[in-house]
Amino acid sequence: MKLVEQALLGRKLAMTQVFAEDGRLVPVTVISAGPCVVVQRRKAGRDGRESLQLGYEEVTKAGRLNRPLSGHFRRAGEKAKTEIPPCRHLKEVYLANPEAYQVGDRIAVDVFAPGQRVDVTGVSKGKGFAGVQKRYGFRGGPAAHGSMSHRRPASGGATDPARVFPGTKKPGHMGNVKVTVKGLRVHEVRGKDNLLLVEGAVPGPKGGLVLVSLPRGGGEAGEKDESE
Amino acid sequence: MVIAEIENAQLKKSVPEFGPGDQVRVTVRVTEGGRERTQPYQGVVIARRNSGVKETFTVRRVTHGIGVERTFFTHSPRVEKIEVLRRGRVRRAKLFYLRGRSGRAARIKEDRRR
Repeated sequence: MKLVEQALLGRKLAMTQVFAEDGRLVPVTVISAGPCVVVQRRKAGRDGRESLQLGYEEVTKAGRLNRPLSGHFRRAGEKAKTEIPPCRHLKEVYLANPEAYQVGDRIAVDVFAPGQRVDVTGVSKGKGFAGVQKRYGFRGGPAAHGSMSHRRPASGGATDPARVFPGTKKPGHMGNVKVTVKGLRVHEVRGKDNLLLVEGAVPGPKGGLVLVSLPRGGGEAGEKDESE
Repeated sequence: MVIAEIENAQLKKSVPEFGPGDQVRVTVRVTEGGRERTQPYQGVVIARRNSGVKETFTVRRVTHGIGVERTFFTHSPRVEKIEVLRRGRVRRAKLFYLRGRSGRAARIKEDRRR
């Protein structure tokens, strides 16, 4: 499992544009990130791996959570001797230094800083059963002169092997898969509103759940671009 | 709502009223070799586009017989000041027809009512 420096769950709000100090209008995605609660710390000895289980978005209505899950949160709270709110989303993250956190700790957006390069993981918008032009950017055939091969994939391969090779690009389901966009620059962190402004596009629809993570050793590399 | 807040926070408090046909002087901040200074740019507004943070306007001027058009973000921090020097009376929103004209044909009547 790939270790990361920091990780936080959030929701993609929308995209907009923001003026940078040098007057450029940069496209940003606004993410409502955190706060997340550490619900569980998994340890190498007992669980076979070092990781943290993060909870995001409190479940406010009693009874919305099934009994096994509510028990999980209750026991976590007892162990940490603090109230741990039952959360809608749980996500296991592999931090480089899981020892820094304890069950019951709250992680907020301020773990990120402007200029850092972060990775954002989300579930892309589903496109349904898509043809080969939309799915793989094939060029398609002629539009007229009796062509009849307008958006078709044309050839499926050579005839000699008498079969289609695995992995041949064909029409099929597109989107609705986990996608990670790497190296997006953090433009601004608004701790007060739990907002994160990240330069560029992020997978998923507005309101979609995303995981923002700071890759190991990534972070400060972003500052270099600043001076260019 | 959050988006609107972020966008509106970047808008300038006051942008003078101006439109196509107006003669304007734009004071632009430029950075040259680490030094910042301002530079005026004067010409006729030939278009305004979009709204909110994305709003831009295009200013055309003819220098040394060469037509120059610059497009500015209305709310850019680089655009320090916009001064209206003369109101023009025009009948369309985009004055691209000026590109094909020079001299007397490129005149714009002054609008004294505004």
